[in-house]
Amino acid sequence: MNQWLIAPILIPLLGGILQVFMGYAPISLRRTLALATTVLLLVATIVLLLLANDGQYRLYAFGNWQPPFGIVLVLDRLAALMLVLTGVLALFSHLFSLGGYDEGNRQFHGLFLFQLMGLNIAFLTGDLFNLFVAFEVLLIASYGLLMHGGGTARTIPGLHYVVLNLVGSALFLISVGMIYSVTGTLNMADLALRIPDLQGADLELVKAGGLMLLVVFGLKAAILPLSFWLPRAYARASAPVAALFAVMTKVGVYAILRVYLLVFGDHAGPLANLGMDWLFPLALVTLAMGVIGALGAQSLKTLVAWQVVISVGTLLAPIALGSNAGISAALFYLLSTTWTVAGLFLLSELVASQRGSAGDRIVTAPPMQNRTLLSVFFLVGAVAAAGLPPLSGFFSKVLILQSVTSGPEMAWLWGILLVGSFFTVIAYSRAGSIVFWRTVGGHIEDPPRLGGEVRAATGALVALSVIIVAFAGPINEYTDATAAQLQDRQGYVQILQTPMVQEDN
Amino acid sequence: MELVFALAIGTLTASGVYLLLRARTFPVVVGLTLLSYGVNLFLFSTGRLATGAQPIIGSTEGYTDPLPQALVLTAIVIGFAMTAFVVVLSLRSLADHDDDHVNGDQPSSEPDSTASEKREGHDQ
Repeated sequence: MNQWLIAPILIPLLGGILQVFMGYAPISLRRTLALATTVLLLVATIVLLLLANDGQYRLYAFGNWQPPFGIVLVLDRLAALMLVLTGVLALFSHLFSLGGYDEGNRQFHGLFLFQLMGLNIAFLTGDLFNLFVAFEVLLIASYGLLMHGGGTARTIPGLHYVVLNLVGSALFLISVGMIYSVTGTLNMADLALRIPDLQGADLELVKAGGLMLLVVFGLKAAILPLSFWLPRAYARASAPVAALFAVMTKVGVYAILRVYLLVFGDHAGPLANLGMDWLFPLALVTLAMGVIGALGAQSLKTLVAWQVVISVGTLLAPIALGSNAGISAALFYLLSTTWTVAGLFLLSELVASQRGSAGDRIVTAPPMQNRTLLSVFFLVGAVAAAGLPPLSGFFSKVLILQSVTSGPEMAWLWGILLVGSFFTVIAYSRAGSIVFWRTVGGHIEDPPRLGGEVRAATGALVALSVIIVAFAGPINEYTDATAAQLQDRQGYVQILQTPMVQEDN
Repeated sequence: MELVFALAIGTLTASGVYLLLRARTFPVVVGLTLLSYGVNLFLFSTGRLATGAQPIIGSTEGYTDPLPQALVLTAIVIGFAMTAFVVVLSLRSLADHDDDHVNGDQPSSEPDSTASEKREGHDQ
């Protein structure tokens, strides 16, 4: 039992409740408290990362119920990595929102913090049903955030997003029910123990349940046949929300990593590596689709939204192959791509604000204000996203390419990833040269001044791709250790033996 | 009992999916509701169907699994809140676009013009 594990859930929960009751407080007070909550959350996640770095599993059992009977939170390297990833992203997105993007809805900060709470529960939970609850918490907050400050343009993509995710929730419940009806447990460690022994009709039920679960996680992660909702929804969301949503698809990727490596991993007998031979081609097609979308994008935000689809494909291809090196490379890429994409979303908003009626559309317009600063940010972000040297995108893609062993998979992955990266570079150079270089006469009437917060937030997220390169050694060691820990099923199953807190008398 | 139960779940789910695929927000909302009823019943049945049994060990001869009941309760609460949200969102979409099509406007132009004519007639 380790009480620290509850901190990333309690901090945003308490901060969020405070915001709910402070709807009519002065905005400066609300902003200060909300940002303080996010900073506190980031500190807590870093503490957890340092704790998890010794390779131990840590457990928090709600109500002191011995697992598998109660709900547990489990901290390992992967969970800690995802928490810090989200914490950093949340801090800068939140900072950006203080530049006036939190106005128009009194509950913006509350929703933002509840969204963080849902994300953190999803990363920490060791229970399949609790994962469903976490998804619902983060989704209902995201519905509100997606509508934030919207006007009519956001209603329709929002409606599609909500209905699609409700259908996803129904499928999640059906698959959880199928798995429970056979195994009688939903604790992931306990499931990992029971599934290898299944036989006959039970096996088929769990197989169906497991594959349906993959559909649900695929919907969250936006794998190809389930990804068409994403570009419209993300491109219409307000900038800090879109930046935070960069981690939402990664929740699906995280769930696939966690559940399929632990429960349906190499040890799972007849169900070993369930669905992974489907996932690999789908991931590659997703990647190709994302590149095509990016090439055809009419606005900067749509371009970045397609970059989210590209990164999901790039992430899932090595994960589906399942080698240690592949998972480690995917985790490295996960860090790099999430922060870069979020930075590019923020940047698109800044560009749109400086170009008058042209907005973020990729068309010629009169010269914008602050062009030097914004174009440097765009250059760094685009280089990192497309995977050109010397930034983090390049190193993570090299790691992914190196991780495949030779064979037909290697040919497919190398071919699609390299050709895809090439066309991504074309998409970014086309967008950048039209938006920043090709200008027409005239001038923009009084563009809004760029505040310190928005400059700092955008710059920091984009600059993280440089920092990742500077600390590539330690980060890569950590992701290697994470991949090794993920493959070691025995370690995770040991949490069932953790002694509970005894009464004093 | 199992057969009746299975048929009920199947009918609810099939009707729910059919209504979901309609292109108007109201059928979609009703479809989501029916789908969630079907899912809740399915979840309830995962603890096996038993009559006259309590979810407490030792109180009667047989007992029934309490966990699916707890899961269903959670699912009902979440489903209810989500349905309320979709209803509000659909109303907002109707107000924004003067149309209850899920894409905000009619896919073909002809019904659109008659609809707007009707609306004008109504206004007069």
